[in-house]
Amino acid sequence: MPPRPSRAEARDRAMTALTAAALALTVLLLAGLITLLAVRGLGAFRVRPLDLLELRDGSRLLVEIRDRERIPAGLPGAGHHRIRARTGNRDLTGNDFLWIDESEIVHRSRPRDAALLERLEWGPFLGFAAELRRDGAVLARGPREAFEAARALLPAKRAQWERIRELERGEIGAVNRALERLRLERRALARRALPPEERERRESALAASIAEQQARYRELAGRLDALRAGFERERLLMRTADGREREIPLGHVVRMIRPNALGPVARAGVYLSRLREFLLDEPRESNTEGGIFPALFGTVLMVLIMALAVTPFGVFAAIYLREYSRGGPFVRAIRVAVHNLAGVPSIVFGVFGLGFFVYGVGGVIDRLFFPDALPTPTFGTGGILWASLTLALLTVPVVIVATEEGLDSVPEIARQGSRALGATRFETLVRVILPGASPGILTGLILAMSRAAGEVAPLMVVGMVKLAPALPLDTEYPYLHLERKFMHLGFHIYDVGFQSPNVEAVLPLVYATALLLIGVVLVSNLAAILLRNRLRRRFASPHL
Amino acid sequence: MAPGPGSQPTGPGQVGRPILATRDLSLWYGGSQALSEVTLDVPERQITALIGPSGCGKSTLLRCFNRMNDLIDGVRITGDVLFHGQSILGHDMDVNALRKRIGMVFQRSNPFPKSIFENVAYGCRIHGIRKRSELEPIVERSLRRAALWDEVKDRLHESALGLSGGQQQRLCIARAIAVEPEVILLDEPCSALDPVSTARIEELMRELRETYTLVIVTHNMQQAARVSDLTGFFYLGRLVEFAPTGELFVSPRDPQTEAYITGRFG
Repeated sequence: MPPRPSRAEARDRAMTALTAAALALTVLLLAGLITLLAVRGLGAFRVRPLDLLELRDGSRLLVEIRDRERIPAGLPGAGHHRIRARTGNRDLTGNDFLWIDESEIVHRSRPRDAALLERLEWGPFLGFAAELRRDGAVLARGPREAFEAARALLPAKRAQWERIRELERGEIGAVNRALERLRLERRALARRALPPEERERRESALAASIAEQQARYRELAGRLDALRAGFERERLLMRTADGREREIPLGHVVRMIRPNALGPVARAGVYLSRLREFLLDEPRESNTEGGIFPALFGTVLMVLIMALAVTPFGVFAAIYLREYSRGGPFVRAIRVAVHNLAGVPSIVFGVFGLGFFVYGVGGVIDRLFFPDALPTPTFGTGGILWASLTLALLTVPVVIVATEEGLDSVPEIARQGSRALGATRFETLVRVILPGASPGILTGLILAMSRAAGEVAPLMVVGMVKLAPALPLDTEYPYLHLERKFMHLGFHIYDVGFQSPNVEAVLPLVYATALLLIGVVLVSNLAAILLRNRLRRRFASPHL
Repeated sequence: MAPGPGSQPTGPGQVGRPILATRDLSLWYGGSQALSEVTLDVPERQITALIGPSGCGKSTLLRCFNRMNDLIDGVRITGDVLFHGQSILGHDMDVNALRKRIGMVFQRSNPFPKSIFENVAYGCRIHGIRKRSELEPIVERSLRRAALWDEVKDRLHESALGLSGGQQQRLCIARAIAVEPEVILLDEPCSALDPVSTARIEELMRELRETYTLVIVTHNMQQAARVSDLTGFFYLGRLVEFAPTGELFVSPRDPQTEAYITGRFG
């Protein structure tokens, strides 16, 4: 028989068990969170079968079944099960989802011809293809034939759609920007003191340029109208399960599938195509459909600009505190203040950023460099630069603390060794201390970037928007538009999940977006950690 | 008692003219005096050992020679330190140029967190030699002089921190001689090493004596007796006795010296 453990031993074991349990619980919660997001988020793009339901009252419905649950007590039919079904066809019925009591269903089937159309407007359409028409003439008839004929035309229609969008955004946008620039030039001219003939000469030159751009605009608008007309020529007549008909312009169809007739490979193809749309396309229908690319791009770019701003700022401050200052109560007080800064609520930083960066610095920039555009602000309104700087301010304590720790890890004797070889203080700093401290500095940067990527509150007042018309980085000079507003994954989650009229339809997108945000943080952290470990191997100090 | 203030440097039979010298050197750390009126001459191309119990001021004196005490706040110095007969304590002294000519090896090996090559090349880079083609022969020569070349020639670009303690200390010596100093100050260079590594470093010091002037601070009297030409005994911040090593160990003139070297205190 084993000897009974002593009291001290028993206490020791209890303590071990307690700490282990705490860790296990934490891991469990995190794993649960990630799993939930992954399952719901990645499930958002799955191809679901379409069920044709015949109800007790004789009506017929074509639905995608999303959920099944026991009817809660207190509601009619309690104890039975009900299903949550996506009906689509919002333009006909006014809603997208329905709860249906299972006891009401008399017959279920999965017809192979049932079709799902994802559209640019009004959400999906569920029904059966009837006829494909061009300018009123029938091209194909019958559920399968019309569907296949329409699908064959779809790639060409998508290309036309891209062309229209390009024309609107690209060329017409460029003309609009040129006109805006000319308008500002004209205003600037009006305010300058010039000899009359010189003024006249310039004004007529400006008027000529404006006329030229306007002519170009009319030409482009004409081309756009022609394209649009061609775009809507083909129409697909769809019939719902209960016999109602709807003509849908083929150009408005993003994707069309017959889910019940698809094999596993085709399903995987649809899945990937939806995933690609989610990651790389722009949102539609006030963010409830389409992709989240601008939000992803805005988040990453903002974090990068923030990192560029916070690194020198925080590292220099830490170097002064650790290497140059002589210590004493004043420096200690500053250090405490810096640590406390990390605990200030982030919205306070947001409000400070609005007052200081946006109205203060931005206002001055506008008065000095963009006076002609006033009262329309250029930098005097929220933008990606101000958002990044606000977050830099928010995360600078993290960088300072981590950098100081990194500097502390370089042994004093290494500094002396360098000085004894005739190196100046600066040379010692650059060649010995900073390389040795770089793993610590990177740790700080990792923490700062993770924090910044997840912050939403302060950004709401300094330039983050629900829908940004243009990316802050594009092919138009000067390429990086620091004054532009931007979209952010965190805000996107809030906006789509809580501000959308069609919550049930967008829920999977919210999960997917959250998963993506976590993925962005994870990937940036992993990259930085790998880099740090490389540095650590190079600079690992035996004195630690 | 110790020799009186301003006494002539002791050590008959010295070879070589003095390269480093102190005159009535006193030093205070804040309020506490670490050196009292030390006057001594360090002859060229000899090994001078400074011995004495802990806190006797021998390391402090060593750090006066390359002005490493400048790095400590609240140090006050009177008297003078001469290098080739010129005072090095003036404000107009280019300390970094001085430290190039007077190298130093520390008690604990302190290679930089860089490759072996970069450690040796560090001083040269600082002093303006940047081309790899010029650095390579210097690095090889320095490592050979430090008796380390054969052990590291195949891994010059690996981290210096992977070397053993003895190798690291020899690397620090190589790093010091790479900038072609005239004097090398060694501050208890073997105190953290095992006997085998210590023997190698001592052997190395005897070889370096052909080219350089060495000043070594050591706790180890046997080491001083084995390697040095001259020995100075410090006690309570004073230079008690300074004589050729054989003389000092065989027939010390001062009773304190005798008490220390026979192990009665310290």
